[in-house]
Amino acid sequence: MLRLHPYRYHRPRELAGALELLKVHAGNVMPIAGGTDLMPNMKHRLFTPGHLVSLKGVEGLYGIEERDGEIWIGACESLTSVASAPLVKRYYPSLAFAASTIANPMIRNQGTIGGNLCLDTRCTYYNQTHFWRQALGFCLKRDGDVCHVVKGGTRCVAAHSADTPPVLITLGASADLASTEGTRTIGVEEFFTADGVWNTARKPHEVVTRVRLPKPPAGLRTSYQKLRERKSVDFPILSVALAVAMADTDTVASISLVVSGLGAKPRTIGQLDDIAAGRQLDAGIIEAVAEQAYRQCHPLANIIVDSDWRRAMVRVYVRRAFRDIQSKSEAAA
Amino acid sequence: MIEVIELTVNGDRHRIGVPSHYTLLETLRYVLGYTGSKQGCDKGDCGSCTVLVDGVPTLSCILPVQEAVGHEVTTVEGLAGPDGPHALQDAFDICGAAQCGFCTPGVLIAAASLLRQTESPSRQEIKTALSGNLCRCTGYTKIYEAVELAARAAREGRKPSELVQR
Ligand SMILES: Cc1cc2nc3c(=O)[nH]c(=O)nc-3n(C[C@H](O)[C@H](O)[C@H](O)COP(=O)(O)OP(=O)(O)OC[C@H]3O[C@@H](n4cnc5c(N)ncnc54)[C@H](O)[C@@H]3O)c2cc1C
Ligand code: SF4
Ligand code: FES
Ligand code: FES
Repeated sequence: MLRLHPYRYHRPRELAGALELLKVHAGNVMPIAGGTDLMPNMKHRLFTPGHLVSLKGVEGLYGIEERDGEIWIGACESLTSVASAPLVKRYYPSLAFAASTIANPMIRNQGTIGGNLCLDTRCTYYNQTHFWRQALGFCLKRDGDVCHVVKGGTRCVAAHSADTPPVLITLGASADLASTEGTRTIGVEEFFTADGVWNTARKPHEVVTRVRLPKPPAGLRTSYQKLRERKSVDFPILSVALAVAMADTDTVASISLVVSGLGAKPRTIGQLDDIAAGRQLDAGIIEAVAEQAYRQCHPLANIIVDSDWRRAMVRVYVRRAFRDIQSKSEAAA
Repeated sequence: MIEVIELTVNGDRHRIGVPSHYTLLETLRYVLGYTGSKQGCDKGDCGSCTVLVDGVPTLSCILPVQEAVGHEVTTVEGLAGPDGPHALQDAFDICGAAQCGFCTPGVLIAAASLLRQTESPSRQEIKTALSGNLCRCTGYTKIYEAVELAARAAREGRKPSELVQR
């Protein structure tokens, strides 16, 4: 039995009301959407806000629709809706697929895409009960001043573990944020920072209101690959999102590759256009891209899985992403 | 802080006082006495607390109770009808799909939701629908067989017990 700490639960109907509550109770309040991340974390005493502002009742945070040449997904849309919405499946199959791999069917009914974007980072030494963490002497992400992953480290390297953001980055998506001070739009790639304690550019009183995706260029080929211990329930311990824009049927225009589940920030693999742009997508290119990803990824022991193995899997999962893209386009031909 | 809320469980309306930091599961078990839904991991990992909220399978251990207000909650106690057990309950009995029984209420709820959506679920559809319900005893095969038997019984308008020889 994991008891929650006492709190007051607010259910505003309007976004303005929610933003006001977040301002009034600043320092002692958190937004909650599906609660599938926050509730377990509160049960572990990782967060103990005196007030929770539920976003689920805020009407303006729903809807999956075409607007101004973009697709807008309301922050409170459930992962089940994102995985099954015809617009998402048609334009962004890798996003629908990534959402469909999250957790389990019940959690996908409850969890939201906004919450997925704001998911707290994860680490073996952090996602534990208060008792467990106390026995070890806590760590610098919460209640303590040492890191158990990087001995002597002064920076938390807990892992970004959400499935949709890597895909959103490859699709060039952005997020709309709102607070009592106004609204702003930020690219999903810039939304994340390399600080494991708080890995997003979102300020605590800001609410993600929607995710916006540009219409994909014709012939964009995408894939999402997720490594985990079991095929259900588990978070990714490595994830690979790939989008390949083609100049024509055989020639690559550009490649966007994001690897995550390793450190605090989803890693966009750089220098791929030097390797691939203007060339045919053949085994040599795929191997070169996989090698580039391998070189740029350095998993740490923030989960109890052999880090060398996890790193070796980067190559394997990048290859699988390409194979997936190739088999899909063969099936379409 | 105690909050007074109204909750509809299995068609019955309850006006109750609950600590404002209770989950739906705690409210069901410790305020209302519906102990069918189990408190396993209590943090979203196992599925033993699964209930329906407006027909949607939901983990009650991580649902703030306020989110159930104004919605219809169905627990395993609400599956059976006036004419006897739900076809799934009958089929689980016949197939030996419950051993220690701890996961069973959550599995029954998730399976009941599947059967409402699909008359003839494939084995893969059943596996997917139950992929958030962990069972340490049965090895799952008997659970899948029981769901298939219940689905067949429902399609043929008969009771599972009429379809098998004991
Ligand atoms: C057993 C289990 C397995 C899981 N497996 C996976 C997995 O495989 N992949 C995965 O990606 N996730 C997984 N999750 C985590 C979680 O279910 C999802 O990430 C989900 O999308 C979180 O959304 P939520 O609405 O429930 O977030 P909440 O728990 O409501 O919120 C999470 C955080 O985001 C903040 N927040 C929520 N919405 C907003 C908003 N609109 N604006 C600003 N801040 C907001 C909250 O304050 C909180 O800090 C798993 C969880 C569990 C319990
Ligand atoms: S990476 Fe270090 S500081 Fe961060 S949660 Fe893990 S042990 Fe704590
Ligand atoms: S008790 Fe709710 S998922 Fe385990
Ligand atoms: S019957 Fe014992 S856990 Fe499923």
